[in-house]
Amino acid sequence: MALKQTPSQTVGPYFAYGLTPGQYGYPFRELVANNLVAADTEGARIRIEGCVYDGAGDKVPDAMIEIWQADAQGRYAHPADPRSSNSSFKGFGRFGTGTDPDNRFIFETIKPGSIDGAQAPHISVIVMMRGLLTHTFTRIYFSDEAEANQADPVLNSVEESRRPTLIATADGAVYRFDIHMQGDQETVFFDV
Amino acid sequence: MSLTPFKSRDFKSHPAFIHPAYTSTVLRGQTRPLVAIKPSLSELTGPVYGHDAVGELDHDLTKNSIVDGPPIGERIVVTGRVLDEDGRPQPDTLLEIWQANACGRYVHEADQHEAPLDGNFLGAGRCVTDADGRYRFYTIKPGAYPWPNHANAWRPNHIHFSLFGASFATRLVTQMYFPGDPLLDLDPIYKSSPPGYRELMVSQFSLDDTEEGFALGYNFDLILRGRNATPMEN
Ligand SMILES: [Fe+2]
Repeated sequence: MALKQTPSQTVGPYFAYGLTPGQYGYPFRELVANNLVAADTEGARIRIEGCVYDGAGDKVPDAMIEIWQADAQGRYAHPADPRSSNSSFKGFGRFGTGTDPDNRFIFETIKPGSIDGAQAPHISVIVMMRGLLTHTFTRIYFSDEAEANQADPVLNSVEESRRPTLIATADGAVYRFDIHMQGDQETVFFDV
Repeated sequence: MSLTPFKSRDFKSHPAFIHPAYTSTVLRGQTRPLVAIKPSLSELTGPVYGHDAVGELDHDLTKNSIVDGPPIGERIVVTGRVLDEDGRPQPDTLLEIWQANACGRYVHEADQHEAPLDGNFLGAGRCVTDADGRYRFYTIKPGAYPWPNHANAWRPNHIHFSLFGASFATRLVTQMYFPGDPLLDLDPIYKSSPPGYRELMVSQFSLDDTEEGFALGYNFDLILRGRNATPMEN
């Protein structure tokens, strides 16, 4: 039986009380937040922050970013990963750009390990916003993993001049990762 | 180990990133060709939220925000199944929904539409599909609302849906519309998906799901990407 995929539609401007109610102060229990770390989570604490820019170079104040990552040992908390993470680390976070005065997205998490020894440590990202009808996928790599990044098969499949759009810049434990929807610095988006 | 990747996103069904009739896409849609990625665990795994993640009233928007009485509006039941392209039910999948109230007003500071808020209705809900991929929400039929896209622009009645399916790759955010809505033909968001596909977003009235003396039933199935026939070596 071949069915057709249900079309994607924009998340719109009012996602906050359905998807990020706690962050925006709505009276509905939050299932997913931007702090992925629990007291017993192993690994190096890091913060990832950045802005989403539109084609005019303006910050987008109503985007929603989701991240998905492995734990510090490179294991995903999902049944398809046979190494099945034994920590309480879930690896999923969500944040809207509407509450930070600078319209940043901010995640408190840990640095993921390499998932297979071949790919460099990375975090998978979904970008959604009003005006984006179909969500886009990208990845966050880390500037202090230069050697692993050089060998990473996904980074190597990207035109060299565009690779920097996928690499978050370290300033201590804070990594800056901006997302550009258009223009010279347009972020690389993947056909996942 | 072997992993089975997903069939690709069907860009005949999904809207283009730039769809000028919906003006906000012009500066916000990405413009360069997507870069192909060889699927690995990063794409074939995804967040897991089971039945213990949702509260008892999370699926009932007519009850989950009551302050002093039932919300105003036409009660409806929205039910259906989450399937993949090959018709396989997608069990244990989290669905999250949000919508305007019966008057077409969102509980959101960005919504300045001059229509009344309902203190007994938030308009957010969630549930997890059962073993057959079925879900069921109780809610109030949302009203149409104006938006600034073009002169005299109104969004058709709709409910926003967000779901994951089996992995990060199968993620879908869409909108459910109602049958016979005259605004559908005028809506650039609905029409961003071509004929032959956009109709998949229109729910169907269902007498079978209508609860006698209580609420009209609407049926809405969601179809996610299927799996390729051949597993890949990881
Ligand atoms: Fe809406």
